[in-house]
Amino acid sequence: MNFPATTAFPFADYLIAAIFIFFVVTTVAGALIAALTTRIIRGVSGLALCCIGLAGLYYFLNSPFLALMEILIYVGAVCVTIIFGVMLSETDEVLPERFKHKPYPIFGFLIAAAVAGAVFVGIARIGHGTPWLSPATPVTADSWKVAAVGDALLTTYSMAFELISLVLLVAILGALAIARGGRDKK
Amino acid sequence: MNHLLQLHQHVGVYLVLAAFLLAAGIFGLIRRRTLIGMLIAGELIFSAAALNFMALNRFTAPDPTVGQIFVLFIMGLAAAEVAIALSIIIAVYRNYRSIQPKGLSELKG
Repeated sequence: MNFPATTAFPFADYLIAAIFIFFVVTTVAGALIAALTTRIIRGVSGLALCCIGLAGLYYFLNSPFLALMEILIYVGAVCVTIIFGVMLSETDEVLPERFKHKPYPIFGFLIAAAVAGAVFVGIARIGHGTPWLSPATPVTADSWKVAAVGDALLTTYSMAFELISLVLLVAILGALAIARGGRDKK
Repeated sequence: MNHLLQLHQHVGVYLVLAAFLLAAGIFGLIRRRTLIGMLIAGELIFSAAALNFMALNRFTAPDPTVGQIFVLFIMGLAAAEVAIALSIIIAVYRNYRSIQPKGLSELKG
């Protein structure tokens, strides 16, 4: 067994693999919880779990900046906002009246599972089977730094950056206008 | 064993995981009976796209800032989408006392 010479701790590779598998399992479990539960609040919790796992995967993909942003935006903002939405509306998926005294309808579940399974198998085969090429010129470590992202945001992508702030402003105003309408109508 | 230790260096793992997230999102979108549940499923699909971008950005892109900035924009748009969708859901709940998409069958006019 050969250990890489760069790591001082001989079991660092095992630790890294274990942490990676932990984040993969977290992501998968969160996605399953978000898709399968009937209580909405559990679905939101599953989404938060999935996003924490994704943040770990972004860290493995060389981008700690995006890992932080994932936790900040998804777990901190999106999930909390959805929880507020749950508090202001209903909390459970109610079974339709005609299914109350019958066994749970399995047919729709099978159709949804078949569609999702077909999508998964097809896209996973494309992703796994394609021989992805490495870049011709090796990427330098400097271009992975957060400073490079900041530079690009203020030079190459400054127009898109300004536009997305405009989109966010319009979205906030639109959300306020829509949620305010109909408040006095009982 | 060595293959398992280098698992995080393979682009295929991330792409298969992204395909799984997409499939879970589509399943939820078909299956959930409330608008908020469908919104959560939509967020899963957004995450799948972002993970795909980041994986290909890490392993195949010559300039790694592009993918990070694109994923950052995806997150910003997802946040804006959630704000709009939740305000629509709350407006729907005020009018119908329910957030089930099955009940939204009336048009004004």
